[in-house]
Amino acid sequence: MPRVVFTSNLQRHVACPEAAVRGTTVREALDNVFIKETKMRGYVLDEQGDLRRHVHVYVSGRRAALSDAVEASSEIFVLQALTGG
Amino acid sequence: MLLAGTKKGLFIVNGRKVTAPHFLGDPVSAVLKNKNHVFAALNLGHFGVKLHRSSNGGKTWTEIAVPAFPPQPADAKGPPWKLVQIWTLAAGTAPGELWAGTIPGGLFRSTDNGDSWSLVESLWQRPERLEWMGGGYEHPGIHSICIHQKTITVGISSGGVWQSRDAGKSWNIAGRGMYAEYMPPEKRDDPNIQDPHCVVQCAAQPEVLWAQHHNGIFRSTDYSASWKEITNVKPSKFGFAVAVHPKDPDTAWFVPAIKDERRVPVDGRFVVSRTRDGGKTFQALGKGLPPRPAYDLVYRHGLAVDDSGKRLAMGSTTGGLWLSENGGATWKCLSAHLPPVHCVRFG
Repeated sequence: MPRVVFTSNLQRHVACPEAAVRGTTVREALDNVFIKETKMRGYVLDEQGDLRRHVHVYVSGRRAALSDAVEASSEIFVLQALTGG
Repeated sequence: MLLAGTKKGLFIVNGRKVTAPHFLGDPVSAVLKNKNHVFAALNLGHFGVKLHRSSNGGKTWTEIAVPAFPPQPADAKGPPWKLVQIWTLAAGTAPGELWAGTIPGGLFRSTDNGDSWSLVESLWQRPERLEWMGGGYEHPGIHSICIHQKTITVGISSGGVWQSRDAGKSWNIAGRGMYAEYMPPEKRDDPNIQDPHCVVQCAAQPEVLWAQHHNGIFRSTDYSASWKEITNVKPSKFGFAVAVHPKDPDTAWFVPAIKDERRVPVDGRFVVSRTRDGGKTFQALGKGLPPRPAYDLVYRHGLAVDDSGKRLAMGSTTGGLWLSENGGATWKCLSAHLPPVHCVRFG
């Protein structure tokens, strides 16, 4: 199963342990994480279900969109863009 | 209790003591104390808008629901239906009732102390909303909510003043008399494109409202049906903040600045201007405020008056926080080194 890892900066606001979940796309994998960690959804996605503007996803080292395919061996990293002051 | 929301957290002042920050490092865009609850709206930037509530004066906090826009239709025009910021919070008239004004220009209502929110569709669906423009931010937003019984008056940058007389069921534009001199001549007097920076209502005489508008100071004495400009305002008619005395509709406070292309105190002289005669005359009050040159700017929610009308608080973009116990005649500095102050509010 794909493994999902969240930036430690998010841990300050909401519990987001590393997870191994089912899913054939980034969105499916994240949705399966959010089933258990419901509060996390609003930190990663906006109310329209889009990835937040300053949140990035990498799959096995490459920037990815929610619709991108993932494999059982994929590592999905969710991190914040470096913006602000 | 005085609440000060800053770019780097919430500071609570009890007496004259500024306590350790809450949400250190997180921008606080709006604050409210309503009955036993304190509310703090955060704008986390990366991770969205959050709302926290404390029922013990800030000792502990619980994250509660945030206003959320409904699914955006594919053919929807205007800004994305995505919450960017809670710009203001207001207490309603019924127990547990709250209102939130947001960017983009949504008005939300809660009847359960913020456990859930619903968009006021009757305003959001008005076709005139699509004419609103950003003012201070990329998208238009609701920054002022004045409530008197079933009459709700909101200020929008830049969408003028809108009003409901039936608790939010229907809405009408209510900013006749305001003008925008930076607009093309044919749009100058259009109430729907006005930029009232802040709108406040006198609690004892709710027919009187004051507005610090982009183009000057305006006053209404007929529940916002019409507005008249206050002229001959010294040292400047430009600014963001306004506070009105809760019992005296003729007394109001402003923080003047050089107009829009600079937005700093006139001649580096940081003062509060006060009128006590409905805008006929103004006094520049600076006793206890920093000496010249001082370049503090006070945002639209950075000036507040308490229920007595005697205590005022003010916070600046330079991180100064001041308290006055005598209607602004003298000021005491509570801190000169806070993060930039977004909003202050008594509770």
